[in-house]
Amino acid sequence: MLNLAESKGQFEAGFPVKGGGFTDAGLVSGRIKTVLREKALPENIIRRAAIVIFEAEINIISYAEKGIISCSTTPDLLIIEAIDEGPGIVDIELALQEGYSTADDIIRELGFGAGMGLSNIKRYSDEFEISSEVGKGTRLKSIIKITWGI
Amino acid sequence: MTLAEIKKLLDADVIVGEDHLNIEVETAFGADLMSDVLAFATHGCLLITGLTNPQCVRIAYTLDIAAIILVRGKRPSDQAVQLARELGIPVLVTEYILFEACGKLYQNGIVGCIRKVGEDVESCRK
Repeated sequence: MLNLAESKGQFEAGFPVKGGGFTDAGLVSGRIKTVLREKALPENIIRRAAIVIFEAEINIISYAEKGIISCSTTPDLLIIEAIDEGPGIVDIELALQEGYSTADDIIRELGFGAGMGLSNIKRYSDEFEISSEVGKGTRLKSIIKITWGI
Repeated sequence: MTLAEIKKLLDADVIVGEDHLNIEVETAFGADLMSDVLAFATHGCLLITGLTNPQCVRIAYTLDIAAIILVRGKRPSDQAVQLARELGIPVLVTEYILFEACGKLYQNGIVGCIRKVGEDVESCRK
């Protein structure tokens, strides 16, 4: 964990993710999930955040050299950002299509690379932004609205 | 159905979670593609798969999956077993193939966690 700032139950943390670190896939997602549970966020919100972070992790591990996934909360919002240094995405619209993937065999053998990652992130976000610069990297932001008391 | 009943039905070995066999399960999702598991499996369901790596366990934890049933006699890696113990996720192994395992469970009242793609978003958001 890079940093941790807490006040009144709010939370902000950043986790580094290494490109090619397949054995660690899902580690950051699990850690953030544990912290969000300690913060007593609603279970469905935690689950959606965990899915978004898992997919973002897989993307960084699969394609980038390195990246950082950060997660923060306000009383009403859970904000996830994944910023990587890597090849970037040439055609974002195409990458967002379900089933489109440029994954290699190593990724596929692990059961990933089915072209569901970005569309999954979008599916479980209330707001979703992605930008990418070819040769530099990709930045994505997912906002989940926290609905309390369900 | 309880995990104990599922163990009996599928003639399965319990690799992790011998003391969690009283867990009740009503739904399941079967796939070897982890991307699809992340996309479509819902919390509290059984994950029926042939994928034995630690990522499978991490996904189960991410989605609050009740238990993992490994089909085709696939044994989980040591790493996966250790992780499942740490995260408290039961893992069972059956010699039945995916189709037979799913069929037996369905006949005994377990249904899909979703029936069709498109029904998944609402169920996850609840």
